[in-house]
Amino acid sequence: MKTIASFEIKYYQFLDEHGKPVIENMPALASDLDQLTQLYKTMTQVRIFDDKAIKLQRTGKLGTYASSLGHEAIHVGMGSAMKHEDVLAPMYREYGAMMCRGVKMSEILTYWGGNEEGSNFSGPAHDYPICVPIATQCMLASGSAMAFKLRKQPRVAVTIVGDGGSSKGDFLEALNAAGAWQLPVVFVIANNQWAISVPRKKQSGAQTLAQKGLAAGLPSVQVDGNDIVAVRWAMDTAIKRAREGKGASVIECITYRLSDHTTADDASRYRPTDEVEDAWKLEPLIRLKAYLKDQGVWSDDQQTELETECASAVEDAVTEYMNTPIPAITEMFDHMYDELPHDLAQQRAFALETENG
Amino acid sequence: MAEITLVEAVSMALAHEIAHDPDVVILGEDVGINGGVFRATAGLQQRFGDDRVIDTPLAEAMIAGIAIGMATQGMKPVAEAQFMGFIYPMIDQIICHAARLRNRTRGRMSVPMVLRAPYGGGIHAPEHHSESTEALFAHMPGVRVVIPSSPSRAYGLLLAAIRNPDPVIFLEPKRIYRLYKEEVTDDGEDLPLDMCFVLRDGGDVTLVTWGAMTKETLEAADALTEQGISAEVIDVATIKPLDMDTILESVKKTGRCVIIHEAARTCGVGAEIAAQLAEKGLYDLHAPVQRVTGYDTIMPLYKIEKKYMPSTARILKAVNDVMEMS
Repeated sequence: MKTIASFEIKYYQFLDEHGKPVIENMPALASDLDQLTQLYKTMTQVRIFDDKAIKLQRTGKLGTYASSLGHEAIHVGMGSAMKHEDVLAPMYREYGAMMCRGVKMSEILTYWGGNEEGSNFSGPAHDYPICVPIATQCMLASGSAMAFKLRKQPRVAVTIVGDGGSSKGDFLEALNAAGAWQLPVVFVIANNQWAISVPRKKQSGAQTLAQKGLAAGLPSVQVDGNDIVAVRWAMDTAIKRAREGKGASVIECITYRLSDHTTADDASRYRPTDEVEDAWKLEPLIRLKAYLKDQGVWSDDQQTELETECASAVEDAVTEYMNTPIPAITEMFDHMYDELPHDLAQQRAFALETENG
Repeated sequence: MAEITLVEAVSMALAHEIAHDPDVVILGEDVGINGGVFRATAGLQQRFGDDRVIDTPLAEAMIAGIAIGMATQGMKPVAEAQFMGFIYPMIDQIICHAARLRNRTRGRMSVPMVLRAPYGGGIHAPEHHSESTEALFAHMPGVRVVIPSSPSRAYGLLLAAIRNPDPVIFLEPKRIYRLYKEEVTDDGEDLPLDMCFVLRDGGDVTLVTWGAMTKETLEAADALTEQGISAEVIDVATIKPLDMDTILESVKKTGRCVIIHEAARTCGVGAEIAAQLAEKGLYDLHAPVQRVTGYDTIMPLYKIEKKYMPSTARILKAVNDVMEMS
């Protein structure tokens, strides 16, 4: 017997839950306080937006909504690491990433408010819209990366699945393709411990979810997904590697879904409250704020001012969303094909004729 | 000008588009050095390189997904499902993404891809290789479904499918891949993707079919001529969108219609054609519309596959029934 291959998964954390550096030799981002402050502001904006979106749903002003509560470091870490020409293939709660890409809060509300126009967003035209069927977006990321590779463009595709999504064939097939063709993709796994009501331990027998990348031949790491310094360090490393033509990577980010799965879910039915209370101590904003305060670049006054600014921006977004016109009946026909087929044109005419009667 | 088979016409169209459009790439299992299990891509990788004709890992959903990803970023992939029996894992990607990305982004994104698959029975193939499930795709809003039935139509329709800015499911009737040859000029001329082809003019009955069943249908039309019955034969060719105008016009003339397809009967594309005839052409009909189809059974293995598939005799019986009823 001899060992013909051996593997390991490394875990990275740079800021602990109190915002204290865990090692002496921190990544460069830890001393780039301007950038860290900016990231903190974006994460706070996402948090305040999210809270408002849930309130809008509870008061009947928004449809079912998937909260991003607790995932801010992952999402903002992803989005802020990308260039405009890169491609984002999100799942359905990555508002932090989408906002970094230029998608407006009002557009996110328009989407969950039941209007396709929300996906005709202000972010890059080559970015994918929110993807509801789990893990299917991973294929789109690998396919985009295939196009970049064939055209010899230094662009990178970034996609994300949850712990549940990592069980799906689409995720594994996308990883396999990325490994086989050495594609410029970054696969992020947001391991938030819960796939609706199914806990992580029932999702997979694998010790880590990152190790699924090893089977595809991809460098794979696990990071503290509540530590934006760790998320960004892993993202920057993976994106650089992909852009240099060295292939794909997998980053498993450990976090916790502090919210219900969506506003249609009630997580209290299936998970213990003490687990959630413990998870709140680890959430990503507390530690980043503490770190920035320790570094002397953040104060309570600034915090109050930031929260006011963010709330005001959210109010503007809500106003814009509420003023978005209801789509005309013809909208459901007019974007089905480049050229409306004759049979569909007949159905369109009929719909217009009978719309009010 | 050369006489070529249907599968050679597929190959000719693929080569033409790769040569003329740098965005066109072929991908699928064994499409490269092997030239595809039916030789549809024979010699293309050698001629155009392995970055234009790409062998994929064996994962059908991935082939569809990769093609959609490439298409949304501006390329024009032509993906191959090796057999229709292996196309089903691709349906998730086709229905969730290919068919709807244009609509759900209000036209910001589009998916100019083609998914080719050989389909249908009659070649003594193993299990899962012989079904005709075109109706699954015809039911999906957002795609087009095209089925050629001759070398020249395969060439022109495939060119059009590749050039079309929306996803096209291009199903190739493998039983007639090499049945006969036809002169096809490699002139880059495409055919419309929303029109039936009238293969034969006639005045007494309209025979509506597509794919490999055009063979038995044309044979039936020959036999009917000898009986003094003049049959008009229509090759639907574009299953979606359906060109009902041509079919209705023909039925207005003949007053009778028999629809022939190899696929299972219930909710087959024939049912849609019959429904639209009932809606729009009832008063032109002298007799009820008849369907000659596969049965609502699992396609049998090859010892009795011919008994499943509509035969010339079954078509003739249906036509004679219709003639007697009117």
